[in-house]
Amino acid sequence: MKYAKRFDNRKLDEMRPMSAKVGVIKRADGSAMFQIGDTIAIAAVYGPRQLYPKFLQNPEKGILRCNYDMISFSVPERKKPGPNRRSTEIGLVTEQSLNPVVQLELFPNTVVDVFIHIIQANAGTRCAGICAASMALAHAGVPMKDLVAAISVGKVGDKIVIDLNKEEEDFEGGATDIPVAMTPRNNEITLLQLDGEVSKEELLEALSLAKKGCEKIYKIQQQALKDAFKGEKNE
Amino acid sequence: MLSKERKMNESYILSLLEKGKRIDGRSLSQYRKPISIEYNISKNAEGSARVTIGETEVIVGVKLDIGEPYPDSPDEGTIIVTAELLPLSSPDFESGPPGRNATELARIVDRGIRESKAIDLKKLCITPGEKIWMVFIDIYTMNDAGNLIDASALAAIAALSQVKLPKVEDDKIVYGELTAKKLPLVKMPITCTMGKIAGNIVADLSTKEEKTMSARLSIAFDGDTIHALQKGGSSGLTVDDIEKMIDMAAKNSKELRKVLK
Repeated sequence: MKYAKRFDNRKLDEMRPMSAKVGVIKRADGSAMFQIGDTIAIAAVYGPRQLYPKFLQNPEKGILRCNYDMISFSVPERKKPGPNRRSTEIGLVTEQSLNPVVQLELFPNTVVDVFIHIIQANAGTRCAGICAASMALAHAGVPMKDLVAAISVGKVGDKIVIDLNKEEEDFEGGATDIPVAMTPRNNEITLLQLDGEVSKEELLEALSLAKKGCEKIYKIQQQALKDAFKGEKNE
Repeated sequence: MLSKERKMNESYILSLLEKGKRIDGRSLSQYRKPISIEYNISKNAEGSARVTIGETEVIVGVKLDIGEPYPDSPDEGTIIVTAELLPLSSPDFESGPPGRNATELARIVDRGIRESKAIDLKKLCITPGEKIWMVFIDIYTMNDAGNLIDASALAAIAALSQVKLPKVEDDKIVYGELTAKKLPLVKMPITCTMGKIAGNIVADLSTKEEKTMSARLSIAFDGDTIHALQKGGSSGLTVDDIEKMIDMAAKNSKELRKVLK
């Protein structure tokens, strides 16, 4: 089905307005908020800290443990509080998207806990969560090779677009959602999922859109971190 | 290791209290500042608020649904309060289903609202015996720097004050579309929690103080009328303690009320 013009009048390669802030949760070792359009994710990092029960400990490297959760009033129809199959899976893929950059070998036997909560949802929540989590890890001072930026791309009707909103995800003419996370410095893809149908060419086109999007997010993430540490030199 | 740190903490708190002082410079009866309320923080809730007391931060969202009444109150709507102590908000909280502390928090907030008859539940009846409004009040802790109870109760009443009923078509809610009709909120109960540390009555405990306290009392007020009490902590309180706590809490409840719009 033809998708002539985006519901919110954006260009096909235009993302929704974004904002990011670091240090939003005082008690955490590191924390961050990432907003894209009406989607708001917050993440807090605790650790590296002792891991119990002991049999989970790895003497060669620390482990990263990510938890993803949508709060009950983040969506129009109340979501029952607590974990479900979807959030469990997203916790896992989030972990795997961040693992390649976190230098856990420096912290044997410990755990780095990352808690991600979606405060308000309008599509793209797992990507927003990954963006926030990677900033929170950096804010916590966990050694990292790079940040991780994530954006959802996809196909709405006959068009390849970046940053689908909820209305586009629900497009009657068919929508394919492709969440992508990248480590911008070496362009490696650390999260890739897809629901729908695309050709190989369309997928490659979508991935190149995602790359451009991640570069923009990367700048915002870096700026937010710089802002958080501004002035610390003089203290 | 931890117990040593805790002991040092404790002896510091106690030595200051002997001089009538607290670790953050407050007087015994003072709440932390600033106390702030931000309204309508969520686009998808029918009403919501973020409350901060010092560094403690709590968000509350209210969602409405249509359901069946309880058999013993066929012409009344229902309220359901849940609380989650998010592990994001404190190194002491763990993932998993709500534990005892989260359940207690939700129930203290629930009782303040329910027992003061803050919401006119009869007005939430749509068809007697068949259809009523269910009011879900969901509490999420964002940063636990102490006294989550008072912050949660304040955020709950602030969120309720903003609720607009959603549009209904063919007995189904049209989510995302609100009417101009407000929730029948007739009272605004305020809950204040006082702690007891080594014989001293202290208001609005910080995390370090909570770890040192022997007992606490949460009091829900509407004006000077008491609508709910919850005694917590592992030691007892004397009647004298309780009287002091009520006086200190009543004064503070008036200050908290001023923050509500």
